[in-house]
Amino acid sequence: MLLNILHTVLHVTVALTLPPLLLGVIGKVKALFAGRVGPRLLQPYYDLFKLARKGSVISQTTTWVFHLGPVMGLVTPLLALLFVPLVDSHAPVSFNGDLILMVYLLGLGRFCTASAALDTGSSFEGMGAARELTFACLAEPALFLGLLVLVKLTGSMELATMLGSSLAGHWPTAGASLVLVLLSWFIVLLLENSRIPFDDPNTHLELTMIHEVMVLDHSGPAFGMILYGASIKLFLFAALLVRLVMPVSTGSLALDWAVLVGGVLIVAVAIGVVESTVARLRMTHVPLLIVAACLLSGFGLVLLLR
Amino acid sequence: MHLLLITVALQILAGMAACACACRPRLATFVGAGLGAIASLLGLLPTMHALQHGGVDTLNLAWDAVHGGFRIGLDPLSAFFLLPVLILSALAAVYGGSYLLAYRDRKNLGAAWLFFNLFTAGMVMVLIARTAVLFLMAWEVMSLSAFVLVTFEHERAEVRQAGWIYLVATHIGVAFLFLAFLQLGHAAGSFDFEAFGLMSAMGPRASGLLLVLALVGFGAKAGLVPFHVWLPEAHPAAPSHVSALMSGAMIKLGLYGLLRILTFLGPPAAWWGLTLASLGLFTALVGIALAMQQRDVKRVLAYSSIENMGLIVLSLGVGLWGQSRQLPLVAGFGVTAALLHVWNHAVMKGWMFFAAGSVRHGAGTTNLEQLGGLMKRMPATAAAMTLGAVAIAALPPLNGFAGKWLLYQGLLLAGLATAGLHSLAILLVMALLAMVGGFAALSFVRLVGIGLLGSPRSEPATHAHESSRWMLGPLYALLLLGVVAAVVPTRMSDLLAPVRAQVLANGAAGAPPGAGVASRELASASSRASTAALHALGQLNAALLAVVLLAVLVLAVQRRRQPANQSTWGCGYVQPTPRMQYTAQGFSQMMGGHLLPRPLRFRLTQRLPAGLFPWPGLLAATSPDPIQARGYEPLFRRLAERCMQLRLLQQGRVHMYVTYIVVMVVVALMWVSVRHGWATP
Repeated sequence: MLLNILHTVLHVTVALTLPPLLLGVIGKVKALFAGRVGPRLLQPYYDLFKLARKGSVISQTTTWVFHLGPVMGLVTPLLALLFVPLVDSHAPVSFNGDLILMVYLLGLGRFCTASAALDTGSSFEGMGAARELTFACLAEPALFLGLLVLVKLTGSMELATMLGSSLAGHWPTAGASLVLVLLSWFIVLLLENSRIPFDDPNTHLELTMIHEVMVLDHSGPAFGMILYGASIKLFLFAALLVRLVMPVSTGSLALDWAVLVGGVLIVAVAIGVVESTVARLRMTHVPLLIVAACLLSGFGLVLLLR
Repeated sequence: MHLLLITVALQILAGMAACACACRPRLATFVGAGLGAIASLLGLLPTMHALQHGGVDTLNLAWDAVHGGFRIGLDPLSAFFLLPVLILSALAAVYGGSYLLAYRDRKNLGAAWLFFNLFTAGMVMVLIARTAVLFLMAWEVMSLSAFVLVTFEHERAEVRQAGWIYLVATHIGVAFLFLAFLQLGHAAGSFDFEAFGLMSAMGPRASGLLLVLALVGFGAKAGLVPFHVWLPEAHPAAPSHVSALMSGAMIKLGLYGLLRILTFLGPPAAWWGLTLASLGLFTALVGIALAMQQRDVKRVLAYSSIENMGLIVLSLGVGLWGQSRQLPLVAGFGVTAALLHVWNHAVMKGWMFFAAGSVRHGAGTTNLEQLGGLMKRMPATAAAMTLGAVAIAALPPLNGFAGKWLLYQGLLLAGLATAGLHSLAILLVMALLAMVGGFAALSFVRLVGIGLLGSPRSEPATHAHESSRWMLGPLYALLLLGVVAAVVPTRMSDLLAPVRAQVLANGAAGAPPGAGVASRELASASSRASTAALHALGQLNAALLAVVLLAVLVLAVQRRRQPANQSTWGCGYVQPTPRMQYTAQGFSQMMGGHLLPRPLRFRLTQRLPAGLFPWPGLLAATSPDPIQARGYEPLFRRLAERCMQLRLLQQGRVHMYVTYIVVMVVVALMWVSVRHGWATP
């Protein structure tokens, strides 16, 4: 009981504090590749703090939907993260079928942020919302197929067990499937978090963007919430990848957490490397890569069931 | 039981009374809507009793029609479908009273109320009829009065077209129902439902044929692809309270018919489940892929109804398949998902069509390209519609998710219980289902974002006004029902436990006698499992709603800080106009123009200006229903051409017709005499 509470407290604390660091790591890696010094590792925290204290400018066309968007963009990944086991086989909330709920909570967040974007009546933001939702239609099956591989492998319908320590025993027998899922999920991670090659978080050419163009009109604390929510979503996907590759349980709580934090940071470094070495895809080619992600997980499933 | 008869009688009476005072529109509305609503509410008493206590209640009255007397009955299955019919018809009557008054100078409201009440009475009779003859008669009353209601604005050509398509489709469907009931009657030796239930199981081929007949006949009413073509025409054409009732209640009766036939058929074969599931999945995919491309709000909703009926039939198929494979958990999850979604969809669709009607009323149009900015001009309607969009896109804190969640769990269990190719197919269905969810989100963000948010795209939308209290009242009543259903889904699943037992019972009937106890235990285990899942979901929904409410409160407090107001950031452009906003067509362009399979994409017609004296250019995108445009239209056109060749016989000269008669008589006499000559040499 006490251990459970400790687990939950640690889980929530890490979920709330660690995510911005990933953005810092990515920024640092990209700066190193470009031969710059780059911003400090903790810069995203300063940014969030600064945004929280700023005033905001709001478009006259907007309504309450515009205000609700950033809130839901922050709340939904946080809630979804409660289902994911960060260490051992323990998640604060877990029940049969929570994997579906995780996917649908992210869907709810997307629904709200896209509606908020359309609330401004800007054609740029409408464009971004349309692209975000269109690509999500293809990304959701990819994420889902990967989860189904885990369901079939572990025979469980709870994320806590599916990504728990029992998964380690399946790596020797079903390694090929799991590697395919890993690749597919990495693509989904890049897409869902609007990273290169799908989207460039740093560009200022609104016509080419997906996610970033949806938040053009948000400012101050609302924009801070969006940034924070995005980093939590990134952390969620990174945690999924880490648990997929290293579902270890060493017996020591500290070591488990160290594995997770280290793993997540490695994922951030990998994203930074991809962003520094790969060019952005043409918008019309984006669906091809997502379909490839679907096929990868689908093939993983086929390998498993052959 | 008698109360339900009184309901029906009162409804017919209300309709006639309204018709009698047609020259005074307000009085006609008051009588027709008021009495009709009271009658519907009266019917709720026996319905709730039947749902809570189970049991079967029948009533025989003398009636000298051929093939069976006047036999009506009420069992949990009927009561299950009666509940949405009665609640929605009462609310639609209240709503329609206000909605139709706008037409009081141009239209005969008495007739409108007569047929509205007949429509409701017909639906109630369909549900309580216990002989085939009575059932088909009630079915026709329901279908024909719906036709009159759909063609309410018959001076518009597209409404007449919609009514015509509906009439043809519904009668082709009925023809299959006649065949199905004839076959049943032949097998059972009577047209009584009781006799159908008691007859010994038919052979696999006969019952398979019956299922196919019923699937076509009832599928035409339920809007299953490819029998759905009337639905996207009729729903936008009808007045909104009628669309709400048609979409929320009438198309569900197709499902009722299917379930009723299934209870006569005995234990299901595996291929029944597979057929239903694949038809349902196909329907859901096609429906939602077309929903995202429609420009009319009510057409979007109509296609979304098709999608949801597909999901319901898919769930039912999963349930039947689980039953045939002796997987009680899968069967329980599948059937519960189907039943739960019937109720939830009735609530959501009523709610969305009421909101769409309010938009029509306030802004004068339901064309997405001309709407926008309604969140500021009609806040109550727009807020309800936004919430409804979240619900109908099957997203968590609202009620649309519950059915889908159970369906997913049923599929997961089925995937775990099987191996090899079966398992792969089932798990791939889940991936497709996830895609349906993504499409639904796209369609409904588009509906809300283009239709309600931003700035108004046309003059009428600029002057939109909020609807009356009588229209908002029913809308918010349904919204409240939806929120309650989202927070306590277990209460609903308790209510529908006897229905689930009734649907699943026919599988147990064929099992060996010793298996009865075991199957009952398994059934209770499956009901426990789905209740547990719903319990968790209800708590999560409540938590999520609480978080959202908290956030809204915090925002409300924060708003006092008065942020600076500016026009929307146009990347430096300082004179934005509403025409520069993203359009509905643009929103689904990437999906509808590039990613969907070719038959489902929209069609572009363009004529570019060229030459020395260029003409005005033209670019138009339309998304006609592919199955109608490529299937039915050519088919019926060819049929019509064939029939034209018979015109040769129709000369229009009397002496030719007299010649036909003489020839006919001579041929008949010859035939008779030849046969007679053979018989007695």
